Formats: sequence, structure tokens, C-alpha cells
Amino acid sequence: MSAGRLKTVLLEAQDLDRALTRMAHEILERNRGVEGLALVGIKTRGEVLARRLAARIAKIEGLAQAPAVGSLDVTFYRDDAGARPTRPAAASEVGFSVEGRTVVLVDDVLYTGRTVRAALTALLDYGRAARVQLAVLVDRGLRELPVRADFVGKNVPTSARERVQVQLSEVDSEDGVKIYEGDGGEA
Amino acid sequence: MKRLARKDLLDLESVSAEEIELLLNQAEAFREVAARPVKKVPALRGKTVINLFFEPSTRTATSFHLAAQRLSADVLDIKVADSSVRKGETLLDTVATFEAMDLSVLIMRTSHAGSPALVAANSKASIVNAGDGMHEHPTQALLDLMTLKRRYGRLDGLTVAIVGDVLHSRVARSDTWGLIKLGAKVRLCGPPTMCPSSIGQLWPGAPVTVTHDLREALEGVDAVQMLRLQLERQQRFLFPSTREYSKLYALTTEKLAFAKAGALVMHPGPMNRGLEISSGVADGPQSAITEQVTNGVAVRMAVLYLLAGNEAETA
Repeated sequence: MSAGRLKTVLLEAQDLDRALTRMAHEILERNRGVEGLALVGIKTRGEVLARRLAARIAKIEGLAQAPAVGSLDVTFYRDDAGARPTRPAAASEVGFSVEGRTVVLVDDVLYTGRTVRAALTALLDYGRAARVQLAVLVDRGLRELPVRADFVGKNVPTSARERVQVQLSEVDSEDGVKIYEGDGGEA
Repeated sequence: MKRLARKDLLDLESVSAEEIELLLNQAEAFREVAARPVKKVPALRGKTVINLFFEPSTRTATSFHLAAQRLSADVLDIKVADSSVRKGETLLDTVATFEAMDLSVLIMRTSHAGSPALVAANSKASIVNAGDGMHEHPTQALLDLMTLKRRYGRLDGLTVAIVGDVLHSRVARSDTWGLIKLGAKVRLCGPPTMCPSSIGQLWPGAPVTVTHDLREALEGVDAVQMLRLQLERQQRFLFPSTREYSKLYALTTEKLAFAKAGALVMHPGPMNRGLEISSGVADGPQSAITEQVTNGVAVRMAVLYLLAGNEAETA
């Protein structure tokens, strides 16, 4: 991945941590607790965020067991899936029934809305959730589809020439969100 | 490796270990799709897949058909009895006709070794070899590799026996290529008419040994692949009687005891029960035969999915 030129550090590790805590509170407030709640992260970093949010929710509520967490790889559902050459996809893991549940979809960056559109289609193949909400760490604007997030860690207007990179210690070396310039969009 | 950089899948001989791993990992993701309430993804929406079978096949044709459908491709099955080939059209003309209908992937089964390669060289579509004569049957080998990998977590260091008419078997050839590429050892076994000592020369320098003694072949192996006796072909001239063949080469519970405890039993199907394999073994706890069929759909989905984006551009 060519990084481009670093423009800003949008969130430091501590900011990211606080944003997640606030989002966990908001999810609980909106849904009045954890009854029937499940989190499904979009691979790769959405899954990591979903696990962190679930753990945080459990801590806030004093639960022995965190809400159910799943993950989706939406590659098969992308509207550019026919574009060549095809990219390999990892396995999704939704180890619970979504039927009748409130599912919070989690992703790192909300940009065009196409990934979320694909994730909604994928999720519906697992059953009929009672409702689906969307949580993203960063909303960078520039939507191409009518998609809106219910829970947002940080809103930041960007240009299509910039790249927003979310780093999480589980898969990267550290926590943080950075904006790079001059290297087209991702996510 | 990020992508499969090839237009066709004609054999495993020319496929790298890295590409095989990529296909197997992709197939794993499709096993998960098969476990969902809706076993279908829109990945190949709008693509056309044609199954062109010049030889009878139920399991392979069905498996490819289902794989294409689960990827949301439009799929057609063409059996040669119904096609213009019977009216004297050449193979390349038949394929050119399909291509004019915007074909993405052509799956071919023929009795002529090399004809999928001929078509591949003359077509923009991706060609998948579903068995060509005595040459190769790459997707069968991939599903066997997947079955072994799911059980043992790896192929590296395993020893696998392949028993039966190795000489005339495209499955044996593709299996051997795949196994040695992923670091496994292969023992080929059968009567000298079906498994000549010289056959090992097909894989010079590779850990492939040949024996005519079933016990020797099975001693301490991690898995055994029993090949089908193809009685409809000329094989009945290759051994004195089916009873004698069975006595020497059929896999029974007693003979299976020579293999490692819990060794996996595979068979590409369809089985001749009581001939090359006893029902006790085929239905026993060590049998992975139905698992092979399940993995077959996942592997073929992976092949179609990873090839379908590659037509034309590299043609």
C-alpha cells in the first residue's frame, strides 16, 4: 500500500478509545440495553471494532458475556465484483441467528456507501434481522449511495484525493486514524 | 499471492503451490456460504457458464452446475448427444458459437487428452478442464487436497497412497501433481498392467514411489485414495478376473488396518462397492467420501470465481 503524504493525524490512540466508549454508550442508549443485540463487523477492521465495542458494552452493563459478534466479508456482494481480476475473499463468520435481532453493522470508514450496501445484502442472506443499524469509526462524506450511519466516532469532510487510514493494534502496529494526501480513496 | 493470474485451469502440473493454496483458501470461504440459510452469493451475476460434457458424468457436471448457480451465474449444461457436434461441427466452431453468446467460462469434459488446451488457446473465455482422457482432472485433485487439508490442517509431510488403475487415471495424475507440490509424499499402487514401475518417471525427483503390493502401499499412510475400476472401458483385459483384483487390491477393513490409525479414506466416485472398496470401509468412520463431494462444490466455486474475472484480458 503506497501511503501518500501524511496530512493529519485525525485520531490518536486515546481519542480512538474515547470515541469507541461514547459509541458503545450510544448503542446502549438507542437500543435500551443489550436485549437481542448483535454486532457484525465488516472485515477486516470493522470486525476488530465490533469486538471492541462488544467488550465495552459488556463492561458498561456489567455483563459476564458480551453481545454476539460476527463478521462479514462482502467481496462477493460488491457491485464491482465482475471487475477483473477478481480479488479473493475471506470467510464470513456469523455464528448466530440474526432472525429477529437488532444487528449493528460496524465498519472503520464510511465513504461511498457501496460497502455498506453490499454488507446489507450479505446480512439479509443470513435471515431477517428485526433492524439493522450502522456504526462507523470515521464518516468521511462523499457518499454515492443513500446511506447514513447511526453511530459515528468522528465526522471529517475529505476530498476524493485523500485516503483515510484506520489502524488498530490487533492488525496494525498501533491505534490511530490518519489522513494521507494524493493517493485515491479506499473503503 | 493476491490474485489468480491465469485465464484457464487445464491441469495441476502447471499450477504453482501458491496458486493451489489461494484456491483452497478461497474454497474455505465458499464452505461457509454453503452453511448459510441462503446458499448463494451474487459474485458472478451476469456471467455465463457452460458445461460441455462429451463423456457421461453425473457428479462432476452436477457439482459444477451447482457451483455456478450458487455464484449467481447463468449456467447451461450441454451434453454432446444433444449438440451440433453430433452433426459434424468441429469443437472450435462449437466454442466460437458459445463465445458469440458472451460465454465467460467453459467447463469441458472429454475423452481426448489435450482438447481443453486446444480450446483455451483459441478462445477468449476461461476454460476449466473437468477431465480430459487420461491426462488430468484438476478440480478433483483440488477437492481431494481440500479434504486432506481440512482434516490434517496441512499437506506438508503427509503420505498418501493412490490405489487402482493409476496408468489410465487422470485423477491419479492430478492428485499426484497437487500432493507433491504441497509437500506430501505419494505411493502409487496397482497391478503391473495398471501401475507400471516406470510410471514414477512422470514426476522425476519427486517423492513418488510405486508398488504392486497393497499392504506395502498402505503401511503407515495418512490417507488413501481408491480409484474406481472402470469396467465400462477396456480395463477388464488388464486383470484376470474382478474376484482376483478384489482379493489383491480392494480396500477392506482388515487391509485398512495397515494404514495409520484413523487414516482418511477417499474415493472420487462413483464407487463399485465390493470391488475396489468394501461397504464397511466406504461407510465406515474413516471414510471422507461424502465430505469430498461437499468440498467439490466449494472448490469449483473457488475456481469459477477466481477465473471469471480473467477472461479476454490475458487471452
